[in-house]
Amino acid sequence: MSHASRESLSASARSHLDALLARAEPLKPKDRLAIPAQDMPAQHPHERRRNVSEVALGYTPEQARLEALRCLQCKNAPCVKGCPVGIDISGFVQAIADNDFARAIDIIKRNSLLPAVCGRVCPQETQCQEPCTVGKSLKDVNRAVSIGRLERFVADWERESGRAQVPPVKPETGKRVAVIGSGPASLVVAADVRREGHSVTIFEAFHKPGGVMIYGIPEFRLPKKIVQTEIDTLRAMGCELRTNFVIGRTRKLTDLMTKDGYDALFVGTGAGLPKFMEIEGENLIGVFSANEYLTRANLMRAYEVGRADTPIMASRKVVVLGGGNVAMDSARMALRLGAEQVHIVYRRTEVEMPARVEEVHHAQEEGVVFHLLQNAKRILGDDYGRVSGIECLRYELGEPDASGRRRPVEIKGSEFVMDCDTVIVAIGNESNPLIKQTTPQLNTNKWGHIVVDEKGKTSIEGVYAGGDIVLGAATVILAMGQGRTAAKSINEYLAAKT
Amino acid sequence: MNAILRKQQLSEEVFLMAVRAPLIAEERRPGQFVILQLDDDFGERIPLTIADADPAEGSITLVFQAVGKTTHRLAELAVGDRIANLVGPLGRPTHIENFGTVVCVGGGIGVAPLHPIAQGMKQAGNRVIIIMGARTKNLIVLEDRMRAIADELIVCTDDGSAGRKGLVTEPLKEICARTPPPGLAVAIGPPIMMKFCAEATRPFGIPTVVSLNTIMIDGTGMCGGCRVTVGGETKFTCVDGPEFDGHAVDFDNLMKRLKAYKQREDEAHERCHLEMAAKTNERRTPNAER
Repeated sequence: MSHASRESLSASARSHLDALLARAEPLKPKDRLAIPAQDMPAQHPHERRRNVSEVALGYTPEQARLEALRCLQCKNAPCVKGCPVGIDISGFVQAIADNDFARAIDIIKRNSLLPAVCGRVCPQETQCQEPCTVGKSLKDVNRAVSIGRLERFVADWERESGRAQVPPVKPETGKRVAVIGSGPASLVVAADVRREGHSVTIFEAFHKPGGVMIYGIPEFRLPKKIVQTEIDTLRAMGCELRTNFVIGRTRKLTDLMTKDGYDALFVGTGAGLPKFMEIEGENLIGVFSANEYLTRANLMRAYEVGRADTPIMASRKVVVLGGGNVAMDSARMALRLGAEQVHIVYRRTEVEMPARVEEVHHAQEEGVVFHLLQNAKRILGDDYGRVSGIECLRYELGEPDASGRRRPVEIKGSEFVMDCDTVIVAIGNESNPLIKQTTPQLNTNKWGHIVVDEKGKTSIEGVYAGGDIVLGAATVILAMGQGRTAAKSINEYLAAKT
Repeated sequence: MNAILRKQQLSEEVFLMAVRAPLIAEERRPGQFVILQLDDDFGERIPLTIADADPAEGSITLVFQAVGKTTHRLAELAVGDRIANLVGPLGRPTHIENFGTVVCVGGGIGVAPLHPIAQGMKQAGNRVIIIMGARTKNLIVLEDRMRAIADELIVCTDDGSAGRKGLVTEPLKEICARTPPPGLAVAIGPPIMMKFCAEATRPFGIPTVVSLNTIMIDGTGMCGGCRVTVGGETKFTCVDGPEFDGHAVDFDNLMKRLKAYKQREDEAHERCHLEMAAKTNERRTPNAER
């Protein structure tokens, strides 16, 4: 990311691009590798740390075309194997280089329904960009072709130019499908099943659809209007949306088939149950799960103090426990809510952090302080039951554990106290047990994840599942990939059902 | 959906509303609650217990006290108005069986959540004794409905303006000392009342159920804002409760957590009062000009 102005980055790209386009002979791989990797224009850290507007501002058309010219158009396209939904990457990148953005977005949409979302939140450095030949040649994964930024560019271009069209829907089949949850996996299923002409009802427990894209990932990383556009498209396709509907409580899962006449169900309820550390002091005032903190801030818009009815703690010094994207989002949100200091405490080192490199970097730029190889031992409180500090232990890395990461081992007697008034616990989520509790015949594993076969089918006839409720907390794109698989199975199942 | 069918003011601050919600009316069981929100974008989500339901009419009954901004706004709604968002039924239903005699204690507005439980206990064949407590006479609500269920009804007020003068714990102790003793006590009201009810029954070894009124956001188990310590373990009130063993609940922690947003709540309440006063003035002005 760059803090140079969008205009100057664009002007520089323009002159490079003009020079390349003026050449008579075609570009050789050597020429392509010499093109400077395009920086994403971004809000300056000093400014953005106090607002919730999107940090990354997106490529200009000139930058996108120049970046696209860096692609070597490899015959074996290793990048595609890195994409969980197998987008024809060299195809859409070539279309951008050819200045045919419409063709580019059409190619992406054959495989991915949420390019504006995935272009922003996918961990590309471990997916499509990881095997990129350009990155390998330049010996730096950060200098691979910026596939994610290009995907985002064409998706934004399509939306902002008002070109997006409602996908065609086949004639009505009279078959009815209920989609439980409205996160990424469910949105894919809804679209894919609806396209075949089946009637689709999406059931959402919250008052707004979008799942983690609405309550979890903050506005500064994923503007809510983008998610809203996707939902609007589904509605325009004829999908029905029922908010404030908790499957398991408002209606039992199987009742949807036996009482309400749905022919098939998809369960995409995600991994929304927060894990706590189970340490002393965790129920003091000022200790939050990241889910609660982010739900208050994002979904309930608590950052609009004075306007939103939902309050959020006015914190001075915040400690966030964890090293994933949710920890980064919580820390950066706390800054934007006015905290003077925000600290991240993580028991391994930066290399092992599951958060995206870009998000860690952003958090650092904004002034979040990282405490590595440390972990909370207990949370300290005052006489009013409020958090007053946190006692931590120092760690060192030992032998690799089952996950292949070196296991952190505590250093005896290394306890020290950090004062703070807020603690946000961001150490992961588990699957919500509600559907499991109220549908005993649904097979789940020891982590409470729904067990499915390779086609996304559960132990109940006609019931399919996908996304985090099957995978455990994973990524938007993996959830989409699972949704795609399940949707295909549902369409086959309904076609065979008379 | 969610249209207000009937509205009744039960006391100065307490209102009863029957709201159209056919699915919730059909599925709800005693002990469960709903979450409502008055505005999609900026409204907060608040939990309210389902005081009664009429599946034939497709309605649920909510009883609430106007204590802050959202409940004041709710109280301003009229018959025919709609509640933007209403989700439920939430929480685990009350465990109902024939315990012999069940003593039900309701403090203030706690009588509303107690009503469906007392009703359920009666239907299960229990002898139901109801103790209703309030600060003063005009804060007693739903007395007729409770009298219709109770085999024995005791009213207490702090100031003696109705029924016995004193706290609900006094008759509770007397009933616990009877032979045979009640098989179960259910206490719902302010946390301090539930705490002392649990202390009152403890020496008699009578199982005591309390229904906790923690701060909630989603009400579906995804945030833990409502967590409480029960028997040394952390529980989520919205999915593990709202009912717990009163002898195992850490009430002191619960009461502290309930005050977490006191200042913000007071500010919002104050602004709401000013806005309502301003509206009243607007309404008055044209008359004054005439």
